[in-house]
Amino acid sequence: MSFLAKYIGQKVRRTEDPRLIQGIGHYVDDIKLADTLHVVILRSTHAHAKINSIDLEAAKSSPGVVAVYTGKDVEGRVGFVPCAAALPDLKVPKYPVLAQGKVIFVGQPVAAIVATDKYKARDAADLIDIDYDPLDVVTDPEAAVQADSSVIHEEFGTNIAFHHSAGTGDIEAAFKQADRIVSEKLYHQRLAPVALEPRGVLAHYLPGEQQMTLWSSTQIPHLMRTQVALMLGINENRLRVIAPEVGGGFGSKLNVYAEEALLGWISMQLKKPVKWIESRRENMTSTIHGRSQSGTVEMAVKNDGTLLGLKYQVIADMGAYLQLLTPAIPTLTGLMLSGCYKIPAISMQCTGVFTNRMSTDAYRGAGRPEATYLVERIMDCVALELKMDPVELRRKNFPKPEEFPFATATGLFYDSGDYEKSLARALEMSDYQKLRAEQSEARKQGRYLGIGVSTYVEICAMGPSIALPAGGWESATVRVEPTGKVTVMTGISPHGQGEETSFAQIVGDMLGVDMDDVLVIHGDTSIVQYGIGTFGSRGLAVGGAALACALDKVVAKARKLAAHILQTDESSLTFENGRFVGAPNDSSITIQEIAQAAHTAHNIPPDFEPGLVATHFFEPKNFTFPFGSHLRGRGRQGDRRGQGASIYRR
Amino acid sequence: MRISISINGVKHDADVEPRLLLVHFIRDLAGLTGTHIGCETSICGACTVLMDGKPVKCCAILAVQADGSEITTIEGLADEGRLHPIQEGFWECHGLQCGYCTPGMIMSAYGLLQENPDPTEDEIRHGLEGNLCRCTGYQHIVDAVRHASRQMAAKAVKAG
Repeated sequence: MSFLAKYIGQKVRRTEDPRLIQGIGHYVDDIKLADTLHVVILRSTHAHAKINSIDLEAAKSSPGVVAVYTGKDVEGRVGFVPCAAALPDLKVPKYPVLAQGKVIFVGQPVAAIVATDKYKARDAADLIDIDYDPLDVVTDPEAAVQADSSVIHEEFGTNIAFHHSAGTGDIEAAFKQADRIVSEKLYHQRLAPVALEPRGVLAHYLPGEQQMTLWSSTQIPHLMRTQVALMLGINENRLRVIAPEVGGGFGSKLNVYAEEALLGWISMQLKKPVKWIESRRENMTSTIHGRSQSGTVEMAVKNDGTLLGLKYQVIADMGAYLQLLTPAIPTLTGLMLSGCYKIPAISMQCTGVFTNRMSTDAYRGAGRPEATYLVERIMDCVALELKMDPVELRRKNFPKPEEFPFATATGLFYDSGDYEKSLARALEMSDYQKLRAEQSEARKQGRYLGIGVSTYVEICAMGPSIALPAGGWESATVRVEPTGKVTVMTGISPHGQGEETSFAQIVGDMLGVDMDDVLVIHGDTSIVQYGIGTFGSRGLAVGGAALACALDKVVAKARKLAAHILQTDESSLTFENGRFVGAPNDSSITIQEIAQAAHTAHNIPPDFEPGLVATHFFEPKNFTFPFGSHLRGRGRQGDRRGQGASIYRR
Repeated sequence: MRISISINGVKHDADVEPRLLLVHFIRDLAGLTGTHIGCETSICGACTVLMDGKPVKCCAILAVQADGSEITTIEGLADEGRLHPIQEGFWECHGLQCGYCTPGMIMSAYGLLQENPDPTEDEIRHGLEGNLCRCTGYQHIVDAVRHASRQMAAKAVKAG
């Protein structure tokens, strides 16, 4: 098929923007249903404590209060918060939606107060009296593995959640052959993702229809539907999850949280819509955190700078419970330990530990930025040790463009790359030689000018299904309506990435239709076929590929009907700019005319199924591996603007 | 307390609790949900509106404090369906991704350009430092405000 790139690669204004710049889009809290009750969640103020008693009397009689629930109410009625990641011998603690008998992190939900408005619910929360017995707290992951540490989950008798080994190659031989071994202790600090829109849930159960709609600020509506239905013990096809406008996620909304099932359950009890909107304070304590690894990296090198082997021994902080992908995150660090370099032997020994803090999970890069940081940091340490230019050390160990696909000792195949080229461009843009000359001149004068250089490669387009707990494919349906307008239903769930625009660009070019004639629907499990969602740089790379495959099917079907109507062979027809041409009598037909003919079905071949719709589930064969270089000089007077350069290839 | 607030030229009278936040008055009583709540502590700026022409963070103002005032929200910025040049600038320069900070960002930019119609890049960054965006990295937001500033200047010349 040939198409004219009228849209792809061209500057177009985003389809999403008119509603967003006028404030007329709808995030969860903007959706108002009549008779909605408001939920406030009372959370633990202790990192580790036994709950002796909870006095609800005053709260229950507070004005406007409809119901108050605690762990006792949901015990045996709402399932545990799920962890989908699987590792050998992984210890998965039972994670109740409301605390039962004890709390193990600050922010853990203890009680849910339902009232006619949010002010009244908040007032009542202040009237709940909880008698806590504080227990020893362990927040430092390195302390959590010590013999004298308090144990968070008594049933395990240890704070160790798992051990994980990764990497291949003869690591001991590499370290024996080394001229030098350079090592460094590194900490990746815990952080809060802070999407600007906090989380929020609106649940509406209809007892007559036995159907529930759950609006949630999420990156994964379909996976949430499956998990929440299991937690509530209702049929998956009776639960509709809608991700409306979502105000950023960064991985923090790639999860299934206690509040989603809890709100669904409360709506089933009260038979009314119930809404909970997370406060920023709750967002800091009760939405997943990122990073939190502490480890030692060692690099075995020859005196000429040739890398022989890398060891990374790390303690990864899980937090108090395991959320959806918590234990999987440090395994992604293990996959990327080769960075942009040829390292024949790599070994990671990872210990995942429980601490009295909110769970860690996917945040912006999710384990991969940790790998980039530790690899690049140890490269600088090696350069310093060998008195080599850090740029030369990097260049020396890059795989050459002709060595791709490049197999790493971590078991990956980097599809393509030219690391030398991106670094060369950064050097050129920043005038690296001049910068070094300025640096040595500055040193003579007793001034310091720092020059930082980094390269990176990331594992993206998540991913082949084998690598993800719920599959890594993506789906798309293309439906050409009788009037020729094109509706796309995609399984991804964009929340700022702009696929309503980029997918319309793809449709516009591949079907030869106007972008304005394309509607992209996402984030509604009752409209869209099952999908995986948006995370891990997969929306366009995997979801877009599914769309292109579905479009191919639509064109193939349209071609059959075009040949029938134009009374010619399919093979004689060319599809150009939305029109089938090349029939012997110079007649032609547009995709819109075909769509109409396919729906009226008055003149179709005998074996032709009416309608013009196709669905494709796309399974990627590999990840993608975008790469780049970054270089910046900085003096004591501040940033050397104009001498920084970032080159990325996606 | 009985109060009266004009929002985008429409008068809203209501009997409110003294503790009601202005942002809840705007979102829940007036039903204008374009003004977002991001932090409830006047840090993020998502709730920025114009109060008597000046940008304010309405999550940290009581509705009773706004009694008798004129409020302009993001919904009131377009002129009879024609986008304001700042809205055009955000659209043209890709000044948003998820859009959650955008209404507040645009209202703050409005206040900035009223005081300084031709700001430098540094002045724009300083002028918008009370508004947080987690998606864009700010560069396109700065570009959007500069674009708007040029468009507004050209319009002013034409009108003059």
